[in-house]
Amino acid sequence: MTRRTVARALVHLSLVLAALVVLLPLTVVFLTSLKSSGEMANGSGALTLPDDPLNLDNYVTAFRDGRMLSAFGNTAVILVAAVGGTILIGSMTAYAIDRFHFRFRKLVVALFLLAALVPGVTTQVATFQIVNGFGMFDSLWAPIALYMGTDIVSIYIFLQFIRSIPVSLDEAARLDGAGAFTVYRKVILPLLKPAIATVVIVKGITVYNDFYIPFLYMPSEDLGVISTSLFRFKGPFGAHWETISAGAVLVILPTLIVFLFLQRFLYNGFTRGATK
Amino acid sequence: MADTTRKAARPVLPAAPAGPQRAPAPRGARLSRRLTPWLFLIAPLALLLTFTYAPIANMVAYSFTDWDGVSPELTYTGIGNYTELLTRSELFEVFFVSGYYLAASVVQIVAALYFATVLSFDVRFRNFFKGVLFFPYLINGVAIGFVFLYFFQDGGTLDSVLGLFGVETDHAWLGTPFSANTSLAGVSVWRHLGLNFVLFLGAIQSVPGELYEAAEIDGASRWQQFRHIIAPGIRPVLSLSVILSVSGSLSVFEIPYIMTGGATGTETFVIQTVKLAFQFNKTGLASAAAVVLLLIVLAVTWVQRRIVPDEKVDLV
Repeated sequence: MTRRTVARALVHLSLVLAALVVLLPLTVVFLTSLKSSGEMANGSGALTLPDDPLNLDNYVTAFRDGRMLSAFGNTAVILVAAVGGTILIGSMTAYAIDRFHFRFRKLVVALFLLAALVPGVTTQVATFQIVNGFGMFDSLWAPIALYMGTDIVSIYIFLQFIRSIPVSLDEAARLDGAGAFTVYRKVILPLLKPAIATVVIVKGITVYNDFYIPFLYMPSEDLGVISTSLFRFKGPFGAHWETISAGAVLVILPTLIVFLFLQRFLYNGFTRGATK
Repeated sequence: MADTTRKAARPVLPAAPAGPQRAPAPRGARLSRRLTPWLFLIAPLALLLTFTYAPIANMVAYSFTDWDGVSPELTYTGIGNYTELLTRSELFEVFFVSGYYLAASVVQIVAALYFATVLSFDVRFRNFFKGVLFFPYLINGVAIGFVFLYFFQDGGTLDSVLGLFGVETDHAWLGTPFSANTSLAGVSVWRHLGLNFVLFLGAIQSVPGELYEAAEIDGASRWQQFRHIIAPGIRPVLSLSVILSVSGSLSVFEIPYIMTGGATGTETFVIQTVKLAFQFNKTGLASAAAVVLLLIVLAVTWVQRRIVPDEKVDLV
């Protein structure tokens, strides 16, 4: 055996170990979600298989008592509104900044650049007062406005992309008598489709997973999104790990499906989002 | 004279007003053209100012007062909040908790770098491993919290796995500050490794393949290839990861809040700030804390920008 084959074997071993570390905690929770409360009470070990692999009772409990259905509804509403708003805001900003020369343009760019450096978690103390002042506290408007209004990364993605659209296309449309708004709607927006796809994916997953903002701004149980509703499992289901596990699996499942279908876009999207 | 001038002026007149008359039109057009970008920017700028700059300004203002966030009265207390932050040791201790996460992010970056390097070469099931390593980054934080509460539970996943290897332990993983913080930092690595990994992988793959081939022909070992080809290629992304880790370690919130609620010495800076502001109604003090955190994060970013100019970070 040469040194290279040993090295190769070790590399493979490390990869398999890493895969186990990632998958094991998730698999165990999935197995637990299929166990009955009786099995759990009898001390079914974490690695034991469930007696009935088709036992979906816990999912029913999670849906019914854990209000997961309304949580998914609320998340969907926020998701659609926030992502739609982000696309409009981001593409309009990018269009104005990249295609026009106007006074204070540099200042505007600097304002957006600087805002990107401010971590959202630090300013919530004061943001809370402003959101409250608008009467948006404890309504779906609070997260929608905040997701829409504080997303600088999307603006960057649009800016980066709009630069690659030749200005001659705008000019041709202008010669045909199109105004600035028509150019934006008929020329720029359709050509921005790849950037829009990136923003939809990255923003969609971020909004779906966010806990901090809905937790701070929507304390009502009726306004639970998937994060906060799942978090509330901690109380009533206290030691009922089978129900909590079912809730966790319910939340992870949509992400897994999206991931399996859109893998390539996800890698690119998040790379682009992080490096701006 | 009057007649002639009128006559003479006649042919001119239609032209003459045409000039001044048409001039206002371009002036109007120019005005509307000057206004156009602002029409597109009104909404974005309004949102930016309302939800980013106004809070920062207010926060700085609150930090010099004793406001409780509700009552209409507040008194100016100067730098009182800041001295309280620096002198009350329990308020400052939360920074030590960041140390665990900082140490964890070193592990995270090294591991991500290793896996990215390994998977940039042709390995069997490459896409499977890539997907598995990245997937945790996409999972909902609350779900991760529960998955790992069960993982660290007495008789949970970790204890069962150790049992398989004959290690019987009744160690309460989240029971002591050291153990709890280490466990939580481990969860943080589990969750965030994927992003670092994909960033590094992207950077490595953007290095032209011929370089590796040439190195291979010249008989360079894998280590030499890493040292001389990969390492220089990923420097910008590496520095980006470092800054993300530092600011991330300082603003950890979700995992410890969901898993322990900040108990057994796992309270982080953000958990403390949220509690000060929303449980104890100490908006003034919480604002001062937030200002301090903001300044630290900005300082770290500034240092990073000085070391590596950001235009180099261009993957896509």
